[in-house]
Amino acid sequence: MAAMAVALRGLGGRFRWRTQAVAGGVRGAARGAAAGQRDYDLLVVGGGSGGLACAKEAAQLGRKVAVVDYVEPSPQGTRWGLGGTCVNVGCIPKKLMHQAALLGGLIQDAPHYGWEVAQPVLHDWRKMAEAVQNHVKSLNWGHRVQLQDRKVKYFNIKASFVDEHTVCGVAKGGKEILLSADHIIIATGGRPRYPTHIEGALEYGITSDDIFWLKESPGKTLVVGASYVALECAGFLTGIGLDTTIMMRSIPLRGFDQQMSSLVIEHMASHGTRFLRGCAPSRVRRLPDGQLQVTWEDRATGKEDMGTFDTVLWAIGRVPDTRSLNLEKAGVDTSPDTQKILVDSREATSVPHIYAIGDVVEGRPELTPTAIMAGRLLVQRLFGGSSDLMDYDNVPTTVFTPLEYGCVGLSEEEAVARHGQEHVEVYHAHYKPLEFTVAGRDASQCYVKMVCLREPPQLLLGLHFLGPNAGEVTQGFALGIKCGASYAQVMRTVGIHPTCSEEVVKLRISKRSGLDPTVTGC
Amino acid sequence: LERSPPQSPGPGKAGDAPNRRSGHVQGARVLSPPGRRARLSSPGPSRSSEAREELRRRLLGLIERSRVVIFSKSYCPHSTRVKELFSSLGVECNVLELDQVDDGARVQEVLSEITNQKTVPNIFVNKVHVGGCDQTFQAYQSGLLQKLLQEDSAYDYDLIIIGGGSGGLSCAKEAAILGKKVMVLDFVVPSPQGTSWGLGGTCVNVGCIPKKLMHQAALLGQALCDSRKFGWEYNQQVRHNWETMTKAIQNHISSLNWGYRLSLREKAVAYVNSYGEFVEHHKIKATNKKGQETYYTAAQFVIATGERPRYLGIQGDKEYCITSDDLFSLPYCPGKTLVVGASYVALECAGFLAGFGLDVTVMVRSILLRGFDQEMAEKVGSYMEQHGVKFLRKFIPVMVQQLEKGSPGKLKVLAKSSEGTETIEEVYNTVLLAIGRDSCTRKIGLEKIGVKINEKSGKIPVNDVEQTNVPYVYAVGDILEDKPELTPVAIQSGKLLARRLFGASLEKIYHTLFWPLEWTVAGRENNTCYAKIICNKFDHDRVIGFHILGPNAGEVTQGFAAAMKCGLTKQLLDDTIGIHPTCGEVFTTLEITKSSGLDITQKGC
Repeated sequence: MAAMAVALRGLGGRFRWRTQAVAGGVRGAARGAAAGQRDYDLLVVGGGSGGLACAKEAAQLGRKVAVVDYVEPSPQGTRWGLGGTCVNVGCIPKKLMHQAALLGGLIQDAPHYGWEVAQPVLHDWRKMAEAVQNHVKSLNWGHRVQLQDRKVKYFNIKASFVDEHTVCGVAKGGKEILLSADHIIIATGGRPRYPTHIEGALEYGITSDDIFWLKESPGKTLVVGASYVALECAGFLTGIGLDTTIMMRSIPLRGFDQQMSSLVIEHMASHGTRFLRGCAPSRVRRLPDGQLQVTWEDRATGKEDMGTFDTVLWAIGRVPDTRSLNLEKAGVDTSPDTQKILVDSREATSVPHIYAIGDVVEGRPELTPTAIMAGRLLVQRLFGGSSDLMDYDNVPTTVFTPLEYGCVGLSEEEAVARHGQEHVEVYHAHYKPLEFTVAGRDASQCYVKMVCLREPPQLLLGLHFLGPNAGEVTQGFALGIKCGASYAQVMRTVGIHPTCSEEVVKLRISKRSGLDPTVTGC
Repeated sequence: LERSPPQSPGPGKAGDAPNRRSGHVQGARVLSPPGRRARLSSPGPSRSSEAREELRRRLLGLIERSRVVIFSKSYCPHSTRVKELFSSLGVECNVLELDQVDDGARVQEVLSEITNQKTVPNIFVNKVHVGGCDQTFQAYQSGLLQKLLQEDSAYDYDLIIIGGGSGGLSCAKEAAILGKKVMVLDFVVPSPQGTSWGLGGTCVNVGCIPKKLMHQAALLGQALCDSRKFGWEYNQQVRHNWETMTKAIQNHISSLNWGYRLSLREKAVAYVNSYGEFVEHHKIKATNKKGQETYYTAAQFVIATGERPRYLGIQGDKEYCITSDDLFSLPYCPGKTLVVGASYVALECAGFLAGFGLDVTVMVRSILLRGFDQEMAEKVGSYMEQHGVKFLRKFIPVMVQQLEKGSPGKLKVLAKSSEGTETIEEVYNTVLLAIGRDSCTRKIGLEKIGVKINEKSGKIPVNDVEQTNVPYVYAVGDILEDKPELTPVAIQSGKLLARRLFGASLEKIYHTLFWPLEWTVAGRENNTCYAKIICNKFDHDRVIGFHILGPNAGEVTQGFAAAMKCGLTKQLLDDTIGIHPTCGEVFTTLEITKSSGLDITQKGC
């Protein structure tokens, strides 16, 4: 039965235009092709956060929905289940490993607070990785159950377009299946970039696709890149006691506020992460003892240098997963530079009934919650009679480096570029979290700054917070910016004592004043 | 030196911006700048006695703060003569032109009530009512005016602050920055157990700071348990050492005490470690530890004496029980502890004591966390109960007996049911009373100068500029009597109106349970942490309540509080992108209303 349907659909798909032209007469041949008779109201390609949100939302609105998802194994052979990057090889495992590293710091704090912990304290990678992976697997399972509960059809197949309403899926065993739908949403996300021009990069290097699924400790690790992925990974690796080096070509955290970025780096350096700045790798070789020998060039001096590591992790950016989709068959345009899909403000591609959301889209923030919200709003517009567009301004985010960096709105540089130095006022403070005092921790990099317009009422343009629980601190203030908060309003908010976030509502010193921004006293 | 009163709407400095209408008065400060009409009373048509009382208080405040005030009319020749007189004496004065302020007529009415004089000019010198034009010139001729003018410098200080806590110190520093001569009197009367501490008040010494540090110590105990699940390995034997912790915390507090003294010194604020007590108007008696008495005078006073823990008034309570005043510097581990009370102080202390592995019981007379959202309060209670804190509900202690001395000793507590006749008896090492706090307002001579206090609560009523009924005396901090806060009042009346109109409930409540990511791998309980917002249906779903129960609740709440100040609505919450993965992000995806009764337990991501 299924095979026949596939065959018929294949026929219909291939001759879609022709069959549609005679649709009135030849009903059988037109099955699966004509509007209203296609297999699904909505087909979602990609089962990550964005795709699943779309599918669930559409199902809730009573539509017939299918999701296709397929994880192409990484060059090192790592694969995972339903849920996409965030759940499997992104936010979730990264924050859990970050938490493991934070706990290492807390174990060191504990004796100051009266806890008698016997030395030595060791970390077992295997135990952590297994616990993290088990949690991720439970989430994979949860996603499948949720789809089932909402009667969303799920196919574990690799999809490519046949025409603008039809997708061909290839299952693991090579079996093909054709699916047609009135609306198609592409949410295939991205995968880590490999520097394929570097000898040995692909063969010996791993990426964030692999690190969370390693059975054994990565040992002495070289992280190449200065993206937030690079810094986060290097941060937790250092935190669990591994010898970790970051190699970066130029600036850290491009696109983020550069003063904050420097403080992040400074903090990491003071907590044991090594940095090779202005360096670029040229070769990776495996030594007879199994270690990896990395050769790099110091771009300032032109000198070549060499080091050995157990693991080399590439974190130099991500590429959209669009190549195998056969987008040209459907007529979906991509950016020639980035291969990302071009969409309008309604998330529609160059083909009106094909949409794209999430990391695969040109010019969108690569963040789980934006993909989810964009997806849900899109589906509400498609099937729920809504006309609300996604607002991509003031998206808050947090970098989970050992000292966390939360931000929302404009960086200082961007504010100055948009409004001019004369029209921007920056309030800032170096503070010491109360928990750091008794633990005897250094708080040199705990810092908060608020970027405002200078003219009263001094509207908030951006908030940048470096310190513990930065994500929790930043979330509420993101709302504040959404509400059009002014500096004056934030200053009239009563602080919650003693917290780190109260430092935000106590910001009194402007950069312009040149006064010492170190918080003293209560 | 800023002398214009805070209610003056503009910089009325004659020197900066010559006032054409009264420019002939050299050195005079004119309260109504040209082209703008000043108001002394709050805007609005209300002619209620309340508004009148408010205006009266403000006028008295102006009189209190000014060396010379002339209530005048710009066209009045007598007023002009008086202004010229002070000008010739080189005396700066506050001039209020009643024909140039909106509510001049009302000011004049109130002035006549105060002074029994209906006409202008009406002149005050150093708070003394001199009278009109003729009386002023008579006083000048008799030399009384000059004497009155001299009295300005008779005060030792511009401002004396009684109480060196958070409120008092910030007030002192601010006044010093504004160039005032300031003194702070701070004296910690030892607790019945003999505990005493340094400068900085409750928050620093026996409140927020040590409490959060002990809370942090308890959280670390939990973190140690979690850490094994995250791959950390070390000897299973982990013990908590109370002395180590307390010493570290007390060291930190000492450094803060020192920091406060330093910052007062830097700002040239006089700090006296003595007990302050009013003896007559503008005069205070300061008694130090040795019982030596010194007298100081000041033009203005701020009362910032704060509160101290309350005792039960039962047999044995002051002798054997401790309070939060003692706990944080207790030289020995309290052991098996009974916490009496259900205030946040009680629950916080019980929480961290249990976190150290101590056997803790909380005895509650009626409800938990009175004044807080009761659903949240009950959840806090049940979480604590799951984590080993025992609760004895509806009991009150009636007697505490010492069975054994020691560090800690043994105490027998007899309690009876608050509803029936049932009694129970139990032995504890420590009994911690946390049943509330009393204002320190009764033994500071307020009656000598006529400052009103609420006889029942001991709190001091103030107006919206923190002024007591005695115009030169202000009060800040915990001792203030609950003022009707405008927003909740408005919400309340709005609620009542809406209910009358629509017969429906005003609020829409969205809520969810959530599982912090950090808890998952650690194997900590799911469906315990809880988030809830309350929206006003009839005001664009404006968020009027925000509640979160979970880790880092303070850090999460702060930003939302700022957003609520800016008119946060449910729509804006929905439009805001979450930060993934955090606890705070649950507020951007709240979907289930409480009235729907739908399941809020969490399954997926």
